[in-house]
Amino acid sequence: MLELGTHEPVPVAVDEPAGPALLEVKGLHAWYGESHVLHGVDLRVREGETVCLLGRNGAGKTTTLRAILGIVGRRQGGVSFDGRDLTRMPLHGPARVGLGYVPEHRGIFAGLTVAENLMLPPKGAEGGMSVDEIHALFPNLKERRTSPGTKLSGGEQQMLAIARILRTGPKMILLDEPTEGLAPVIVQRIAAALRQLKARGLTVLVVEQNFRFARNIADRFYVMEGGVVVDAFGAQEVEGRLDRLHELLGV
Amino acid sequence: MTTVFGVPLQALLGQVLLGLINGSFYAMLSLGLAVIFGLLRVINFAHGAQYMLGAFVAWFLLEQLGIGYWWALLIAPLVVAALAVVIERAALSKLYGLDPLYGLLFTFGLALVIEGLFRWQFGAAGQPYATPDELVGAKNLGFMVLPIYRGFVVVASLAICLAVWLLIERTKFGAYLRAATEDRTLVQVFGVNVPRLLTLTYALGAGLAALAGVLAAPVYQVSPLMGSNLIIIVFAVVVVGGMGSIGGAILTGYALGVLEGLTKVFYPPASSIVIFVVMAVVLLVRPAGLFGREG
Ligand SMILES: Nc1ncnc2c1ncn2[C@@H]1O[C@H](COP(=O)(O)OP(=O)(O)O)[C@@H](O)[C@H]1O
Ligand SMILES: [Mg+2]
Repeated sequence: MLELGTHEPVPVAVDEPAGPALLEVKGLHAWYGESHVLHGVDLRVREGETVCLLGRNGAGKTTTLRAILGIVGRRQGGVSFDGRDLTRMPLHGPARVGLGYVPEHRGIFAGLTVAENLMLPPKGAEGGMSVDEIHALFPNLKERRTSPGTKLSGGEQQMLAIARILRTGPKMILLDEPTEGLAPVIVQRIAAALRQLKARGLTVLVVEQNFRFARNIADRFYVMEGGVVVDAFGAQEVEGRLDRLHELLGV
Repeated sequence: MTTVFGVPLQALLGQVLLGLINGSFYAMLSLGLAVIFGLLRVINFAHGAQYMLGAFVAWFLLEQLGIGYWWALLIAPLVVAALAVVIERAALSKLYGLDPLYGLLFTFGLALVIEGLFRWQFGAAGQPYATPDELVGAKNLGFMVLPIYRGFVVVASLAICLAVWLLIERTKFGAYLRAATEDRTLVQVFGVNVPRLLTLTYALGAGLAALAGVLAAPVYQVSPLMGSNLIIIVFAVVVVGGMGSIGGAILTGYALGVLEGLTKVFYPPASSIVIFVVMAVVLLVRPAGLFGREG
């Protein structure tokens, strides 16, 4: 079935750093109702890495994150995290083994205050950041504790969406377009926060359209197109690929 | 004698108080319906039957086991909530993915079956339930003689509504419930066992109906159709207040009870339809209800 006309993207075999993966996605397919959106996605994220998923609008980046967590109508293929098979878990399973999620558009609850939004996700087994540490990382959240969650600015909402997952003490977070619609100065603050988290050893898989931001924080990149991964490279290879990236991302 | 718009003040105050007593039941029942609808998106037509079951469990405890009113206030809601857990797990939860109409039809059918069984067992006539000893008697308020039990019902229902409101607005369970009302999937992805939250919420709503049923037992008679008579009015209350609004359901319950009482004073023939007239007007002017969010 040719869903993309003449330019059917072909999955590529890519060389990746060796070592055990914390998250391993193999031949992942996903459907929304009748429409087949992912056509065999392969990717690996090792412990402590920040990996960025690039691709045009509609390439299937969000769907990849949702399929990893099980938020799609149907999926097929392998998803293992920290040695566990996520495809056999109920929807509340991945969070309980340490996989956090910061969704596209942030998912802040309007009926909950900032503090309630922050405390909502149940803590995992160990640790997690304390509320004081979170307020030190994102001071705005402290001042706005009692406001309704959606009364915050876009940037503050993004900080809240990240903060509430950090409080649960995840091993890894899936971040979907954290800089979408934010002013450059806020984007820099989010990048700084992510670098700080990386220094603490947190593993991150981040979806981004903002390539400048992504270059700043990621160790490795995957590029998606038409529901498959079409390219993969390390941060040091970015310079040599700028032309090809411009073509793939349409930037 | 003092009059208001030509009506004796005494009669007015008396009807307001009676309206408040009916309003107590409207408020408790519409609150349960609103909580269930808010999260499950199910219009629980079995609510009236669950109210009736609460009253019957209290009656059965007293008649068969000699267990009195105060224990019944605790036991009957738990029994009905346990039954609700079974209903939700075995049947209702299977209908969540489908059109909301299926949940409505299922609970409607369930109500007919339960009420039918009780009519078959007990006939349509009511069984009396004695007022607990501690609350027998009446108090002269000057403008009317108020049976103590009825005063107790108003106070108890206010306390129950406040407790449920606090549960939803001020606790962790309530935060889960409010968040899941907005985005169930995301709350589950955060690690909350949402299917269990749905079960608990249905049980909470049903238990609340049963608690109202126990409170009602000494006021009205315990009869198989006591719920179906009341539930139609309660649905009108929920529509006026706005589906899914907790505070709105409570306020509207009391307010429409009082409005009904006032109508009895000023124009008695309209008193049995005034709530439905308000419902029709609200549906035309503000379809989401007075406290509902405009969709
Ligand atoms: N809920 C949905 N139902 C049907 N199709 C969808 C849905 N969400 C996304 N899609 C389709 O899946 C494809 C991939 O979307 P998405 O994963 O959101 O892309 P990206 O995040 O890369 O912009 C798009 O063609 C989009 O139209
Ligand atoms: Mg997306």
